[in-house]
Amino acid sequence: MTAATATTVRSSGGTPGAESPVRFDNAAVKAQFPLLATTIDGAPIHYLDSANSSQKPRAVIDAMTRFTETTYAPINRSAYRLAAEATDAYERARTKVAGFVNAACADEIVFTKNATEAMNIVAQAWGRANLVGGDAVVLSHMEHHANIVPWHMLAAERGIELRWIPLTADGRLDLTDLDRLVEGAKVVSVTAMSNVLGTLTPVRELCAAAHDAGALAVVDACQYVPHNATDVQAWGADFAAFSSHKMCGPSGIGALWGRANLLEATPPFLGGGNMIADVRLDGFTPAPAPAKFEAGTPPIIEAVGFGAAVDFMTGLGMDAVRAHEIELTRYALDTLASRFGDDIVIHGPTDLDARGGVLSFAFRDLHPHDVSQVLDQHNVCIRAGHHCAKPLMKLLGVAATARASFYVYNDRDDVDALADALDGASDIFGI
Amino acid sequence: MPGLEDLYREIILDHYRTPRNRGELPAPPAVVAQGHNPLCGDEITIYLQVDDGVVSDVKVGGQGCSISQSSASMMSQAVMGHRVDEVRALVRRFKGMMTIETDDDASLTDGGGQQLELGDLEALQGVVKFPVRIKCATLAWNTLLDALDRPSADLDHVVRA
Repeated sequence: MTAATATTVRSSGGTPGAESPVRFDNAAVKAQFPLLATTIDGAPIHYLDSANSSQKPRAVIDAMTRFTETTYAPINRSAYRLAAEATDAYERARTKVAGFVNAACADEIVFTKNATEAMNIVAQAWGRANLVGGDAVVLSHMEHHANIVPWHMLAAERGIELRWIPLTADGRLDLTDLDRLVEGAKVVSVTAMSNVLGTLTPVRELCAAAHDAGALAVVDACQYVPHNATDVQAWGADFAAFSSHKMCGPSGIGALWGRANLLEATPPFLGGGNMIADVRLDGFTPAPAPAKFEAGTPPIIEAVGFGAAVDFMTGLGMDAVRAHEIELTRYALDTLASRFGDDIVIHGPTDLDARGGVLSFAFRDLHPHDVSQVLDQHNVCIRAGHHCAKPLMKLLGVAATARASFYVYNDRDDVDALADALDGASDIFGI
Repeated sequence: MPGLEDLYREIILDHYRTPRNRGELPAPPAVVAQGHNPLCGDEITIYLQVDDGVVSDVKVGGQGCSISQSSASMMSQAVMGHRVDEVRALVRRFKGMMTIETDDDASLTDGGGQQLELGDLEALQGVVKFPVRIKCATLAWNTLLDALDRPSADLDHVVRA
């Protein structure tokens, strides 16, 4: 069951400069998420933390339960029919995920624990084999720690140089000096969408600049893939990392997409069972990719859930997902601005074409942690903190921000609840 | 769910709005310790001046939420001018109060000798009802312990006592 249960209608409103986007029935979609039908203290939950992790629809929950109850067995190593069926289910999920991001073939998808592990494979496996002291890696000031710390670790070990693409005042990448930054670099690794500012970055341009300079193009697509139609080939990227749990799938599984020739040339990351072709007393021969990077028993049930999440998102239509989020983000920006004026500062671009549905904000002089506490009293769930992006926090001149983020199940009620809850917040602190 | 009035007591908000002993001390002779709450990014810096086993001055720097800032402010007042062994006992009592699994009696009669009063700090008791915020309340205290444990602090007198 996917969005087949949701009504797909043509928007009558239309967006300037674009064809009328396909929409989905927001209420019907929301009804497919069991958690959102529950209450806390008798009141509904306004879940505005999907940039952190998304809720799960019935279709994903049922797919995992059904597989567990009828088909579960170890994969890739047993000869009985049940194991073969389980292996097929696991590989079908890989095919679905590959199609979702338009990989050239299923074997270009490596299942990982999460997007963080995927980024670590690039830095630790590809990086160790290809980078030496003095080599440069280009990152940006808006990266998540998952695209910073693995490179720091490599820098500490190898003495590689990290260069940083700066930001403009409105929270976009400042590409003025891009040519100089990428010159002689070996890797350009940048997010496709900031988890703090919501900024969408010019991935295609960055990949082209990387390749012109002879560098590898790596995309942290963890925030992008759940909210936008993704085509890794059109990006011209070499590696891309994303996760299941941010796109209505289960936690515990993510993916690294890599060009087949690159995966083949990259040494394994973790060693163990499943990742070998042969093991001898004097050494081992790794299996071909993707098995080479999937040591040990993988998250089998989660892979099935990941595949079901792809079906669910595909059923909604990623263009419709994006259109819904643009509309909701517009409503949120308008609502917050009209109700609070200068008392609220929203970080990142205000141009809806340049941002996703992630709103990091400062409210009056209240600390984000206190804002979140007051909002929680109204069952409004937001993230307060540094969002695993401390260098960006430092650039913004704050220790933390409050962040509300939207997804397919959110609606105007959620935005209104956020605004209502904020309304009472500063009274408590008398500032 | 407990009400916000349990968390944001007036005395806490007073210390948040008007924090006591904000600033820095020259180090050395003061010792400096930094604390981080990795959950929310709060940072606190404690400057501690110990002379002859007595906390002769303490200053608080950094930024954080109402709970972490008010807790640091109240802590600075509570330890000022007191012996290091008394301060350590107070830290234990405070952290005991911030424990969900309560054995209040044990933690509140800690030490045996003369005890420092929790005083205003009792207002932070409501934090325990909001477990996510306990780390906010204890950040300054763990950082103070770190400062006390620095070898450069003038603690010889206490160690011998």
